[in-house]
Amino acid sequence: MLQQLAQLTINGLITGTILGLTGVGLTLVFGIQRLANFAYGEYLTTAAYIAFIANVVFGLDLVSSALLAMAGGALLALLLHFLVLKPLRGRGLVAMSLITVGLGMMLRNVIFLVAGPQIRSLDIDQTRVFDLGLIRISPGQALAIGIAIVVAPAVALFLSRTTIGKSMRAVADNRDLAAVTGIDVERIGTYVWLLAGALAGIGGVMLAIVQGTFNPNLGTQILFLIFTTIVLGGIGNAYGALIGGVVLGLVMELSTWEGFAGGLEPRFKSVLAFVVLILLLLYRPQGLFGKERVL
Amino acid sequence: MDIFNPVFWIFVATTGGIYTIMALGLYVQFSLAGLPNFGHVAFMAVAAYAMAILVARYGLPLPVGILGGLVAAVILAILVGVPALRLRADYLAIATVAGGEIVRYLAMNLQGLTGGPIGSIGLLGPGKIATFNGSWQVFMGDIAFYLKPIFGKYGRPDTAMAIVVWVFAFAAILVLWRMERSPWGRVMQGIREDDTAVAAIGKNVVGFKMQALIIGALLGAVSGMLLALQIGVFSPDDYQPTITFYAYLIIILGGMNRIWSVPVGAILFTLLYTGTRFLNVYPLTLFDSGERAYLRLFLVGLLLVLFLAFRPQGIFGDRRQILEK
Repeated sequence: MLQQLAQLTINGLITGTILGLTGVGLTLVFGIQRLANFAYGEYLTTAAYIAFIANVVFGLDLVSSALLAMAGGALLALLLHFLVLKPLRGRGLVAMSLITVGLGMMLRNVIFLVAGPQIRSLDIDQTRVFDLGLIRISPGQALAIGIAIVVAPAVALFLSRTTIGKSMRAVADNRDLAAVTGIDVERIGTYVWLLAGALAGIGGVMLAIVQGTFNPNLGTQILFLIFTTIVLGGIGNAYGALIGGVVLGLVMELSTWEGFAGGLEPRFKSVLAFVVLILLLLYRPQGLFGKERVL
Repeated sequence: MDIFNPVFWIFVATTGGIYTIMALGLYVQFSLAGLPNFGHVAFMAVAAYAMAILVARYGLPLPVGILGGLVAAVILAILVGVPALRLRADYLAIATVAGGEIVRYLAMNLQGLTGGPIGSIGLLGPGKIATFNGSWQVFMGDIAFYLKPIFGKYGRPDTAMAIVVWVFAFAAILVLWRMERSPWGRVMQGIREDDTAVAAIGKNVVGFKMQALIIGALLGAVSGMLLALQIGVFSPDDYQPTITFYAYLIIILGGMNRIWSVPVGAILFTLLYTGTRFLNVYPLTLFDSGERAYLRLFLVGLLLVLFLAFRPQGIFGDRRQILEK
């Protein structure tokens, strides 16, 4: 039972890091562009397929493929920003949400048409298992942990130490106040899309290797968990999203631990997350760490 | 199948009518009360499952099953509405999708209750074939008997279905059209444009929104049950989250704030939808049936984006507040 607890903790941390990193992108876009991006899941999917093409079709190693996927995700985010979302800005919250829903459907089905519905996997040995005594991890999980150890602190440092990172948080927190202090809000808006796209890219690749296999529904399946993450952390709060992701990942995995009255059946993990989302929106719409304010 | 085959047109009519009823539900919630419900499909699914379970498992007569479906949709509307109606538009959208996803996950995973991924056919457990629409088919057959003298060889059960669907759709449109022009409708319009102002003159805004949500849920429930009765065997996949956005596209196609353009939008949408499925004309012949499903959904997304970008008032509508907030 303790072994299961340790195993679930590791799984939760991995899922949580994926949710946290992608959540940073989604929450900053929500805060800065005032946009609930329902196409964000497809950014992850696109990146996973870019990694698949680089890794399996062209035989590049996984690290270069992941870097290409990040670049691809960033490029996609920028393209959609400049071609569609920026020109249409000011259409109202619901219209913009519906537009991103439409964009998501377009992207997802283009991927279905081009890549086909069959399941794919990146070139990583899925049969091996590293036995670390208390826990067992797959090579995919090990790689995801490696990525997480590098990327998560890098993102945190970027947000806390660099001028651009600080500006992003400032704009997300209070756009007008940030503009008054001389921050070029428009430019920061563009950088935020770059960051969001790159994070979606790395998140998509991590998700693909942790799951082992994926199809064009990869990102759609996790989108509402990412939304739950950013509501947990407080919309627009980047650190909140990082922590919220880890909390959600751990809660979802640990809820299945036998120690809790036998544990929740794993297939109901997502239901738990969605119930959490609705309860949060109702009772703590400012997130776990946010100060009370009118939304 | 080709365009000159009446069977194709009967199918288009039935599907278009069902989509009309579905979109009318969203019309009440979104166009009338300004509630961006992104999980409308959940009302359809819950009602269809409640109906099928009551009939197939408990052997109750179909009308009781239909009543059960309506009750289930109202309960869901209240469950979703109590938390969601106090939220800002974009949060409401997120919360309603989450609500819809909960319903779909439960339908997928509560095998004992719903039959799980294999759908309504598994309602009696493995190895047994469950049906729920037997008496409906008998009913349609009876109507078809009276249609024979008028429609000749096309006086068939599916013609009867199309007629039943459209009779209901037009009745619903007439009732809603009257309601829209009543004091109740004017309060709704006020809530849509500025709910603070309506609250300031002493109206219970959340109460009115809840009414809109419930009426919309009832219409969604009817369309969901009709869909189930039409296809006979259904599974959670017949109530995908994307169906909600079919309803949005239908409302936007016809014209945002005009109830009479809902059936027009629904017919246009159904032509696009069934046309890409059944018609074998160039360039559709380049795609096989599996690919056409993706092509179809791609087109739905494209039209959503194009209409919202260039003609948010729809084909016939006039430009008003609804999408500007």
